[in-house]
Amino acid sequence: MQQLFNFFIKNKTFVLFLLLFSCALSLTIQSHEYHRSKFIHSSNQITGSIYGTFYGITQYFNLKKENNLLLEENSQLKRLVFNQEKFVKPDTVLQNTFELFPSLVYKNSFALPNNYLTLNKGLNDRIKEDDGVITSKGIVGIIDKTSSNYSRVISILNTKSRVNVKLKKTSHFGVLTWDGKSPEITQLKDVQGMVKIAVGDTVITSGYSSTFPPNIPVGSIQSFRLNDTEDLYIIDVKLFNDMTNLEHVYIIKNTDINELRALNISDE
Amino acid sequence: MNNIVFINVVRFLGLVLLQVVVCSHINFLGYLNPYVYVLFVLLYPVSNNRLLFIFLSFLLGLSVDMFLDSGGTHAAASVAIAYIRPLCLKFSFGSVYEYHAVKFSNTDFSKRLVYFLILIFIHHFILFSLVIFDQNELLLIFKQTFYSSIFTLLLCLLLSSLFSSKKT
Repeated sequence: MQQLFNFFIKNKTFVLFLLLFSCALSLTIQSHEYHRSKFIHSSNQITGSIYGTFYGITQYFNLKKENNLLLEENSQLKRLVFNQEKFVKPDTVLQNTFELFPSLVYKNSFALPNNYLTLNKGLNDRIKEDDGVITSKGIVGIIDKTSSNYSRVISILNTKSRVNVKLKKTSHFGVLTWDGKSPEITQLKDVQGMVKIAVGDTVITSGYSSTFPPNIPVGSIQSFRLNDTEDLYIIDVKLFNDMTNLEHVYIIKNTDINELRALNISDE
Repeated sequence: MNNIVFINVVRFLGLVLLQVVVCSHINFLGYLNPYVYVLFVLLYPVSNNRLLFIFLSFLLGLSVDMFLDSGGTHAAASVAIAYIRPLCLKFSFGSVYEYHAVKFSNTDFSKRLVYFLILIFIHHFILFSLVIFDQNELLLIFKQTFYSSIFTLLLCLLLSSLFSSKKT
């Protein structure tokens, strides 16, 4: 026993180094698993408020661009209103089950393999895990952590992200993933190989998951190829969203989510 | 003594803030970011309590991790370079280090360059290995390490000469 203590005292720096290094490693490995990082994330009070302070300074640089985006969205909505008779009425179920909350992006990254965003809405605004996040142009990601005032979003530019989408033309569905390379291009997988697709086809959300309502635009097909067994497509999808420049986003909340969950549980 | 403590506290907080607010959002050429917070580890006084130093480096990395949602990657890399720093000091400054007389503001530029380069390179290599975490992507890890190291090195040299108090 005495020798053991002596050993520790003699090598105390090395022991401390090993301890802290393995601690950091376990945190890293934990963060590589979906939904597991428990306390080292950016949606807590300290990091949120610091990001908030600096957001207040930097937002002025993008005012012009954001203004243009809002104008664009406004004109689009106006066009919908003016052409109401010709326009097919949006699904009435959709109006009732999905609520929208505007929110600001405090932090965004796109250069890493696993990217996250931090938003300035949290539990106090009734935001919960698994709510979807979109912009006027397309989808952004899914909320995975919330504190009272902030929330963290798994960006679709995250190798762990999986979103259910379909082809607008044929309604064949697949899973949207990301290979960690270009922030403009994501990969659509699991589309049946017999489906006829063409470059430029639009990809939209399927509405099969409770996170996103159906028919939200995602991107257009840039190129496609068959996988090794030649029964499924791997499709490169160019996103409509500019993921490198996000400021105003909307959080979509599904008010029926508890009911849907209860149904799924009873299925199993 | 109090002065040194004060300087290091300010440096710690300042570098973490600079890192998470400015440097992690540069995205030069789409993906290159400098990691200037390593400057704290590089410039920490040579005659020190090693246990405290390693622990502080861990804390530094962990606080950056918290902001950047990167798990424990920065913490691991910082602890590693804090642990091997004495070796590196001996290698780059030679006998001067033996007497604990190294003062970074008074050293040769070339020696300082070598010292910075080695530690930054090791730090970035560990960092990107853990961030990418895929043995099939070794080339990508080396590429990212190489370019980001250059970026970080330039900024660290600039910052350290900007804030050095040379009294000659």
